[in-house]
Amino acid sequence: MIVGERKPLAEIAAMLKPYEKVCILGCGTCVTVCLSGGEKEAAETAAALSLLWQKEGKKGEVKTGTVLRQCEYEYIADYAARLEEFDAVLSLACGVGVQAMTARLPENIVLPGLNTQFMGYPVMQGVWKENCLGCGDCVLDLTMGICPITRCSKSMLNGPCGGSQDGKCEVSKEVDCAWHLIYDRLVKMDMLERMEAVQPPKDWSTSHHGSVRTMVREDVRVEGSQ
Amino acid sequence: MKAASNLQKMLDSGHFAVSGELGPPKSADISTLKHHAHDMRNHVDAYNITDNQTAIVRTSSIGVAATLMQMGLEPTVQMTVRDRNRIALQSDLLGAVSFGVRNFLCLQGDHAKFGNEPGSKNVNDLDSMQWIQAVKNMRDEGVFIGGEKLEHPLPDLFIGAVANPFADPFEYRPYRLAKKIAAGTQFVQTQCIFDLDRFERWMVKVRELGLHKKVHIVGGVTPIKSIGAARYMQNNVSGMIVPEELITRIKGAQDKKQEGIRIAVETIQRLREIEGVAGVHVMAIAWEEVVPEIVERAGLYPRPSLA
Repeated sequence: MIVGERKPLAEIAAMLKPYEKVCILGCGTCVTVCLSGGEKEAAETAAALSLLWQKEGKKGEVKTGTVLRQCEYEYIADYAARLEEFDAVLSLACGVGVQAMTARLPENIVLPGLNTQFMGYPVMQGVWKENCLGCGDCVLDLTMGICPITRCSKSMLNGPCGGSQDGKCEVSKEVDCAWHLIYDRLVKMDMLERMEAVQPPKDWSTSHHGSVRTMVREDVRVEGSQ
Repeated sequence: MKAASNLQKMLDSGHFAVSGELGPPKSADISTLKHHAHDMRNHVDAYNITDNQTAIVRTSSIGVAATLMQMGLEPTVQMTVRDRNRIALQSDLLGAVSFGVRNFLCLQGDHAKFGNEPGSKNVNDLDSMQWIQAVKNMRDEGVFIGGEKLEHPLPDLFIGAVANPFADPFEYRPYRLAKKIAAGTQFVQTQCIFDLDRFERWMVKVRELGLHKKVHIVGGVTPIKSIGAARYMQNNVSGMIVPEELITRIKGAQDKKQEGIRIAVETIQRLREIEGVAGVHVMAIAWEEVVPEIVERAGLYPRPSLA
């Protein structure tokens, strides 16, 4: 899932300063599951903002809503009419949702209420970890299902650097050394020879480094559809 | 094969090599560095010049190398993959070769988080292994990473890498060295050795794999200047082990600095006894003036002169 974290209230308040009628719009998918931008968080944010405005003596109205997926036009379209009355929409979706909303509703001001963090999953209740950078050329088959591009702080492809100690990354004791994890799995599976060959330089052109990516599937493409 | 440099000549001919280390300053005034270089010129075979060590912005390694060349001294240019993509790395290598640099030490580099620009992008386009192989391919095959040919062949280069016996997984470390050799490494410098027992255990496996016959292993030695410096390395420098008994020993000494020097000398003497150790790399960071004394007391002076 895409994991996000709500921006601090002060930053949100500063962003919304010029507007009086605001809709805090939750998103019903990833950010609902990671407890940062769903219906509940939209209500909490609206309540906190209203209170702040009241304290500051600012006139205004804060309402809430939720779109099941702000990243898909058809869900936005269903909701569009309800957003017309607002000066601004504070989207609690990820950056994808904010931009899909902006593209679909160009007359509206859509602002980001979250900092989009990463693609990952909860490793336990309340802890989410980054797992995938979306590099466009998956190597998980070579690395025992543990991504060194994402989970090694230096995105190394040929084993652990000299900063790996006690299974932890030099960057932080909170970060596991991805290559130590890979090594342990290889030992366990008796497949250590997989680390022998020098993996050649990665072709980053399949990632964001190759410029903005578009994927086209001719088999399902419908011209003019939205 | 003809040696690419004095350092290679020294190692290839079986002499116990000694290299020094120069850390460029956080300014463009390298006069102090030049003094240090000058003062140890008769005691070291080559000088490593660090590449923005611990991710702190400093005068570039290649810039300093140009000055050393003018002084008639031999640099080993450190190149990390942290700050440059493959375009810049290959270009900078060509630039350094163009004015005579022949020794290159290819390494990953500490994460930028540790330095004075923690908000910077960590490049890591290549990893250290790929960079070693790229330098070898440029030299031996005359090709860039992308496959295009160099317009003219490179002169012979001496390719170095680093090894850290104090990092984990410990059992994997000799195999990592083997991989670096396969990638093209000719000499390897180790992380500072304070835990000699662990280093020896690493060397046992290295010899078992026959790696000491395929690569020149140069042991890293750092004299401990103070308890504070030891504690700093123990707690803040990644991939280092500073045993507590070493700190206790210095604490108990009357002249703590002398004790630090004595430990460094003893370390070198013990390293010389270990089969497969081909030299020492003395990293006296912020204490460069003691290098001649350490080299002399370790019995490595005068340096052999190889014409």
